[in-house]
Amino acid sequence: MSASILEENVASPETPGSKFFPPFVPTAALEAEADQRLAQFPEDQKRSAVLPLLHFVQHHHGFISAEAIEWVAARLDIAPIKVLEVVTFYPGFRQSAPGKVHFRVCRTLSCAMGGSHELMEKLCELTGIDRSHADSHHHPVSVSPCGKWSVEFAECLASCGTAPVCLVNDDFHEGIAPDKAADLLAKYRD
Amino acid sequence: MITYQAGKQPDPREHRLIFKNVDREGWDPSIDCYLRDGGYEDLRKAIAMEPKAITEEVKKSGLRGRGGAGFPTGLKWTFIPPNNTKPVYLICNADESEPGTFKDRYILHQDPHQLIEGMVISCFAVGAKVAYIYIREEFPEAALILEKAIREAKEKNFVGTNVLGSGFDVEIHVHRGAAAYICGEETGLIESLEGKRAYPRIKPPYFPAVLGLYMCPTIVNNVESLCHVKHIVRMGGDEYAKLGVARNTGTRILCVSGDVKKPGYFEVEVGKITMRELLYDMCGGPKDGRSFKAVIPGGSSSKILRCDEKFTLKNPDGTSRELGFWDIPMDFDSLAACGSMAGSGGVIVLDDTRKISWILNNINTFYAHESCGQCTPCREGSMWMKKISDRLVAGEASPKDVATLESVAYQIDGRTICAFGEAASWPVEAIIAKFREELIADTRPENEDAPHNPEAEAQRRFLQPA
Ligand SMILES: Cc1cc2nc3c(=O)[nH]c(=O)nc-3n(C[C@H](O)[C@H](O)[C@H](O)COP(=O)(O)O)c2cc1C
Ligand code: SF4
Ligand code: FES
Repeated sequence: MSASILEENVASPETPGSKFFPPFVPTAALEAEADQRLAQFPEDQKRSAVLPLLHFVQHHHGFISAEAIEWVAARLDIAPIKVLEVVTFYPGFRQSAPGKVHFRVCRTLSCAMGGSHELMEKLCELTGIDRSHADSHHHPVSVSPCGKWSVEFAECLASCGTAPVCLVNDDFHEGIAPDKAADLLAKYRD
Repeated sequence: MITYQAGKQPDPREHRLIFKNVDREGWDPSIDCYLRDGGYEDLRKAIAMEPKAITEEVKKSGLRGRGGAGFPTGLKWTFIPPNNTKPVYLICNADESEPGTFKDRYILHQDPHQLIEGMVISCFAVGAKVAYIYIREEFPEAALILEKAIREAKEKNFVGTNVLGSGFDVEIHVHRGAAAYICGEETGLIESLEGKRAYPRIKPPYFPAVLGLYMCPTIVNNVESLCHVKHIVRMGGDEYAKLGVARNTGTRILCVSGDVKKPGYFEVEVGKITMRELLYDMCGGPKDGRSFKAVIPGGSSSKILRCDEKFTLKNPDGTSRELGFWDIPMDFDSLAACGSMAGSGGVIVLDDTRKISWILNNINTFYAHESCGQCTPCREGSMWMKKISDRLVAGEASPKDVATLESVAYQIDGRTICAFGEAASWPVEAIIAKFREELIADTRPENEDAPHNPEAEAQRRFLQPA
């Protein structure tokens, strides 16, 4: 069942961002990460390493593909469905490529009051992103036609006092009023 | 004398223990910096004590958990079964995801060794040889800072085997979540750490202190709570308990956001400042030309309070007294007595320019997105509450919808596996109770029969052919 469940349920459509990420292949670095993470848990609890391994994969390949799920499942001696159910549960995991530069703008109350939705609009306007098909559950990420940029709303990023805030890849930015969107983008132009 | 970065000076009414080093001039998260400031001395003191004696001091201190529920920390530690033979785990809850809360962020980024010291002391007290810091995915930089800090602490033998020659071994690992609010709920967190979907477990029987991680006794504490342990060891429980007010001891960090002139974080003695002092004196009052309307006092899950409210409270001798909103002391028991809660310390302020239906809809959108989906009342109810408030903000709701919304909320509350059910429904219940007229003013009676989606429109055409 294991192979077919992924075949039938995992489709990772190409996006304009795909060209910026190498396809999944198990690397020595991934093997080393797996060894290191597995050492943090009791020997009979390998499954605990699923989140860290998925983070590693997503960091290097942009999203979690069927091949990656299969590899992680085999490495942790669990059925692929156990990995897939984690991928589909957590908003932090993606099943298709974002842009090279991914913006996560806080949507929640204090940031919304501080103008984060206007910030999102401004970012989309400046990058040519069409968010009209975005929905928070199934299609949270919208990618620009050139593949360089993508946006997504995040829930409260725990910096409400410096609203509005956003993450750009792994960098945190605070106090980004909508009129600072262009300056923020400029930092990631090349 | 400690000096702070320009513009980041603490307010004179603050009492800084946990945030002593936050925004401090010349401070960095390295172990050298921490050691120069007398770091890890409290661990030296603790490790020479009996583990039970540390728990005793924590009990005496009156420390109540800073993660949301306000449960006494020392008491929680004693719930590990006395005849236990399984490994004991300690988990630091660094998921910080309750909207309005932004305190753990600064500890994790700027003062990781304070947390590590607090954790090693706590591990020693409860007998845990392995500890995990479960940190939200959206703190990628903090995860690296913590991993580095743990390596540094291991090199100096504050963590690892035979800590400071005491014979006590402890390992600390950093574990990143994946952007799900429900991982802040302690049993959801444990499931997530086991590599599963973060479906909270039902209590009883799954009280973590008895059946936690891998079905072993597990102590879950918030970042700030674990930091307090270090200061309790230094000061002694009795001395610590002199800070704050009766049953609400110590200091705590209040995070103020929203419509104030100067939002920010303030570490104060619990219960020693009032709502007025916090919002006017420390946060500079409302923005120019505006006035305060309402406050969500303890994270978005806590019940909203109107700034013109008056409360009738019971005195210990059975008599009662009146308390106006502005005179509420910021402590667990006072806020609970006013029908809300101190929660995670996240104070969200709304002024008169805010439309309450819009606020409600933003909150509902959060909970609809974050329900783990295990229990029907929560999964369906949180989605329905969002759909109804979507209609409210779009001007498509009828007055009846407000009553429907209220009834949905009350059907979630108390009928779910975890406290997310209350977290999602309390804001709705309180907003409707306190702002019913304003919500109704956004509705139109003729919307009552209007179809809200294509299916309803098709049905209407079928039932009432033109
Ligand atoms: C829906 C929900 C979300 C929670 N989120 C957090 C959180 O982000 N951080 C936290 O420390 N506690 C959170 N809690 C509380 C934890 O379940 C737990 O009570 C707490 O971590 C215990 O630590 P403490 O006793 O030190 O407060 C949450 C609880 C619920 C019901
Ligand atoms: S109350 Fe909601 S979040 Fe909690 S277990 Fe049930 S469905 Fe999940
Ligand atoms: S609401 Fe945006 S960081 Fe909290």
